[in-house]
Amino acid sequence: MSKYSQDFLCEVYRRMYLIREFELRSIEERRRGLIPGFIHSCVGQEATAVGACLALNQEDVITSTHRGHGHLLAKGGEPKFMMAELAARSSGYCRGRGGSLHIADFDLGILGANGIVGGGIPAAVGAALAFSMRKEKRVALSFFGDGATNQGSFHEAANLAGLWKLPVVFFCENNLYGEGTPQSKQAPICDLANRSASYCFPGVIVDGNDPIAVYEVTREAVERARRGEGPTFIEGKTYRFRGHYEGDPQVYRLPGEMEEWLKKDPILTFRKRLLDEGETEEAIREIEQQVQQKLDEAVAFATSSPVPQLEDALSGVYADTHDGKVF
Amino acid sequence: MREISYSEAIREAMCEEMRRDPTVFLMGEDVGVFGGVWGVSHDMLAEFGEERVRDTPISEIAIIGAGLGAAMMGMRPIAEIMFGDFLMCAGDQIVNQVAKARFMSGGKAQVPLTIRVTTGAPGSAAAQHSQSPESWFMNIPGLKIVVPATPADAKGLLKTAIRGEDPVIFLEHKMLYGEVGPVPEDENFVVPFGQANIIREGKDVTIVGVSIMVKKALQAADVLAKEGIEAEVIDVRTLVPLDRETLIRSVAKTNHVIIAHEAHKRAGPGAEIAAMLAEDAVEYLDGPIVRVAAKNVPLPYSPVLENYVLPNVNDIVEAAKSFWPGKA
Repeated sequence: MSKYSQDFLCEVYRRMYLIREFELRSIEERRRGLIPGFIHSCVGQEATAVGACLALNQEDVITSTHRGHGHLLAKGGEPKFMMAELAARSSGYCRGRGGSLHIADFDLGILGANGIVGGGIPAAVGAALAFSMRKEKRVALSFFGDGATNQGSFHEAANLAGLWKLPVVFFCENNLYGEGTPQSKQAPICDLANRSASYCFPGVIVDGNDPIAVYEVTREAVERARRGEGPTFIEGKTYRFRGHYEGDPQVYRLPGEMEEWLKKDPILTFRKRLLDEGETEEAIREIEQQVQQKLDEAVAFATSSPVPQLEDALSGVYADTHDGKVF
Repeated sequence: MREISYSEAIREAMCEEMRRDPTVFLMGEDVGVFGGVWGVSHDMLAEFGEERVRDTPISEIAIIGAGLGAAMMGMRPIAEIMFGDFLMCAGDQIVNQVAKARFMSGGKAQVPLTIRVTTGAPGSAAAQHSQSPESWFMNIPGLKIVVPATPADAKGLLKTAIRGEDPVIFLEHKMLYGEVGPVPEDENFVVPFGQANIIREGKDVTIVGVSIMVKKALQAADVLAKEGIEAEVIDVRTLVPLDRETLIRSVAKTNHVIIAHEAHKRAGPGAEIAAMLAEDAVEYLDGPIVRVAAKNVPLPYSPVLENYVLPNVNDIVEAAKSFWPGKA
């Protein structure tokens, strides 16, 4: 770890802590009634999002999932616009039309979270196709969960990307559960990285709770993609600490499993590593305080933002309108 | 004006757009070396190369999904799906991703994607290669549904689709590919969406045709003319957007309407058109709104059965005559 600057390590921590606290704050705000819709929190999976996105440039793009807040924040998403979107306000990223599952910011290369498991993977391949055809050195990274690797969309996208050697990184966050069913009951293999062999590109397994390890394998995959050598499948082994959605009774958890994984909490372990690296408790607290302040501002921004005008529901379905009417 | 086929008109539209705009490209099953199973993209590979005329695996999810991603990144893909029936293989991509990307992202996503697909029964192709899927997608806001019936419209509407900023499902009827007609050579000739075409004027009955049924409606109009019934034939050209005004104006004149399409009758395009007329034009109608469409069964293989299930010229003639039971 010492090969990285203190600034870099602090940035890793700042982003992971922001994601954790954003999730906890949004859960709290949903309970309070500010947020009307679903929340699929990524508490416990912060390291995959941050490690992977730190390996990307701003002009690189990602597609995300229903558990996407972490990916969006890691790619540079503004907490206040995200919180406003969750709160269904017109100042939100999607003007209150999308909610948690559909947040996008094309300026930051965020092509969208997605409400359909595996639904965003083919679009990442298409973005990579555009980059490749225009000879741009950009890369598309698609986040998805273990459950998505059983979907046809994953297989078709991976096959096409492997065939055309497109600059894509397939990033699988294996959190051991597809909704409420263990991964072991959803596929006959447990190392999902092995799936890449069928498409003739490398598959790599990484400790998904270690942001530096994730960063390193992703950087290699991104460099490979930029060199025109094609896709890589990365499987980050991780665990979600909360339900599939907020309110999930989680009857499916194996006894003792959560306790074991909580020992590997990416925020706590990385915080300790930072201290071991010589960062002061004071400096870490200052990062945490800055994050909390940003989240206070985000909640205040969302709360004070107006709800959308009713006519807003009738515009923006198409680029144009037909005789000024919705059609 | 020179005359070319519907198939050549589509090819010409693609070639012209690919020459004027480097972001336009074609991808699909067998579109390159094979030239398309219907021959529509023949020799395009030679002119544009395999980067821009891309043979894909038999992989509809990937074709549409890659089209979506490329479109969002500034390309203008033409994604060809060989048979309309196969659109359902890519159902999620079309319905949940492509159609909704603009709206649910608050306008951040632009999806200038043209999905070219064949529709209709080519004869003994049976239940999985003969369907007319237009109305499956009419219920999905975010898609435009285009149904050219003539070579000129095939060219002009396809150019509008490619140049537009929204996803379009462009349905080419297999039995119209060989149809020949006048097509402008002007490369800026386009046909706007949402403008139905009154192909034949008449005062007694309006026949609204979709795709190949426009041709059959014209044949029916010839028969009806001999019996003293003057039919007005309207080609809808696009189902979404639908040109309500032209249809209502015609019905206000003729007071009778038949809607003819090859899709199944139940919840086919005619159901929407009929409902619209019932809501907005009922005061003009002197009789029921009549739909001439395929029966509500899967398309059979046997030519005898298939002909029985599909709507034909005589069905339109009989429907028109039913408005005047005393006549002939």
